Amino acid sequence: MKAKKNNEYVVGQRGKRRMSKDDRIYYTVIHIILGILLLTIIYPLIYIVSSSFSSPTAVSAGRVILWPVDLSLEGYTAVFQNKDVLSGYGNTILYTVLGTLINVCFTMIAAYPLASKKLPGKKFFMFLFTFTMIFNGGMIPTYILIRDLHMIDTIWALVIPGAISVYNLMIARTFVQSSIPQELYEAAELDGCSDTRYFFSMVLPLSKAIIAVLVLFYAIGHWNAYFNAFLYLNDRSKFPLQLILREILIANSINNSQIVDPEIAAAKQGMAELLKYSLILVSTVPVMCLYPFVQKYFVKGVMIGSVKG
Amino acid sequence: MKSNTAKVAAPRKKGRLMKRILSCWQLYVFLLIPLIYLIIFCYGPMTGLQIAFKKFRAADGIWGSPWVGFDQFTKFFNSYMFVRVLKNTIVVSLYSLIAGFPMPIILALVLNSLRSDRYRKVAQTITYLPYFISTVVLVGILTQMLNPRVGLVANLYRMFSDSEMPNIMASPSAFPHLYVWSGVWQSMGYNSIIYIAALANTDPELHEAAEVDGASRFQRVIHIDLPTILPTASILLIMNCGNIMNVGFEKAFLMQNNVNIETSEVISTYVYKVGLGNTVTDFSYATAIGLFNSIINLAMIIVVNTITKRLNGNSLF
Repeated sequence: MKAKKNNEYVVGQRGKRRMSKDDRIYYTVIHIILGILLLTIIYPLIYIVSSSFSSPTAVSAGRVILWPVDLSLEGYTAVFQNKDVLSGYGNTILYTVLGTLINVCFTMIAAYPLASKKLPGKKFFMFLFTFTMIFNGGMIPTYILIRDLHMIDTIWALVIPGAISVYNLMIARTFVQSSIPQELYEAAELDGCSDTRYFFSMVLPLSKAIIAVLVLFYAIGHWNAYFNAFLYLNDRSKFPLQLILREILIANSINNSQIVDPEIAAAKQGMAELLKYSLILVSTVPVMCLYPFVQKYFVKGVMIGSVKG
Repeated sequence: MKSNTAKVAAPRKKGRLMKRILSCWQLYVFLLIPLIYLIIFCYGPMTGLQIAFKKFRAADGIWGSPWVGFDQFTKFFNSYMFVRVLKNTIVVSLYSLIAGFPMPIILALVLNSLRSDRYRKVAQTITYLPYFISTVVLVGILTQMLNPRVGLVANLYRMFSDSEMPNIMASPSAFPHLYVWSGVWQSMGYNSIIYIAALANTDPELHEAAEVDGASRFQRVIHIDLPTILPTASILLIMNCGNIMNVGFEKAFLMQNNVNIETSEVISTYVYKVGLGNTVTDFSYATAIGLFNSIINLAMIIVVNTITKRLNGNSLF
């Protein structure tokens, strides 16, 4: 709100008086700085999009600079014919949906009692949670635990071990504590509303904004995760998209193809490169599409989190 | 669990406390599932840390393996890898801190002084975009751009030079730069959110008064905007210092190859290799290395937390 005011004021000022020389230099400099920053951020992204819509030969000959060259969809056809990519996509959607569901349920049912004013022992429970933020068993003991629980090569190894992110729990707790008035609880209690009923008919409906934030944070986390899958999955048919991407984008890039005929090699190379660009786009677009809808919640969530991290 | 905590909280008012506990039994039921999860998956692995002091044998399990005291730790401290992984970890994270800390502040100050709301919104949205790219894709983009045969950089390189471009991804000296600057590229916008919010709360009267007194926009940035975000910035800086030994596994591992290993092997990737990645694995040794790292992290965070408590009167956790 205040920012708006500030801005109106500055705009009004501009109409009244010409800028001083110092100010003109200042604005030129910041526009140059911002221009350079935005270009370095956006150019690689544009390059990838353009490459993915170009022909294999144009990509391997390095003719793509800014816009697509020889517009073609060959890269995308290849991506959607790749069985690994398709199964990876399906798996990732499954893991993301199930994982986010578990995350949000667990986080909310933990946040509600921890936000309550009257719960005896609350401080102790809070300490139990926050301590795991600063100290944990580490990679190997966790791996042994997952193995001993027979969760290797199952979906549960991906969705259960990180079921609650303590950071997100703090955000949710702060939200429930600060934006649902205590009077509401007292009124409900007077009318004989139980804690359980209060949660389902008051807290949950009033927490839509924070649930949106949690869904966003958790879903992006699951979509982009590769580490747990990399450790706990051996069965290729269960690999999420990010592991398939790792194989195609990174692991194979060091090996040279062993084809001798230079023309075939060039065509193959072009196709392989094109596939990579298309794959980057296909795997990233769902997250990017989600973003504008939840942008306001996202910034809000970051801010709640920073108040008490 | 219930009665235990109750005793800790207030041993004398037992009767009243029991009543209070009983009155909110439903809340404890809510907390039950998260607590079971927490105990199994967060505190469970901590009991496994004992194998750092044991010689782990698969047949005997965690509890049955024989104790060896600090042998695993002395083995690590005496190994030639100790200095290397410690140095790499510190180089990468210190460099990240030095390069990554001022950038979001500069970005926030620049965005804040824009006069067009629309331009500001568009610019902000663009700077957030890379944050949503996964680590795998980020490293994939890097590999692709720097590919010595078909990458973007190679194409530019050929315009200015006849020689073949070196493979930057496989260069040990380039690893820290690539790691750090790709990180800055990815998270600069996201990290600036908190500063932009702090700047939005500046009292507009300060700006008005300064302008009446003839201060230029740049002077107002230095004397009004910068002091506004200084408290936030100093807390974040101190907090980041607490994480100085904490270099994540994911990105370093993906950027690693046989050639750049001498600068890209950090503690977390080494733990993985010793414990799970190699053909001959050693759970105890890997756990000991990981525990060594965790303890330093814990100590740093406690120190940092004490400092912030002194500075602004409230602790971070």
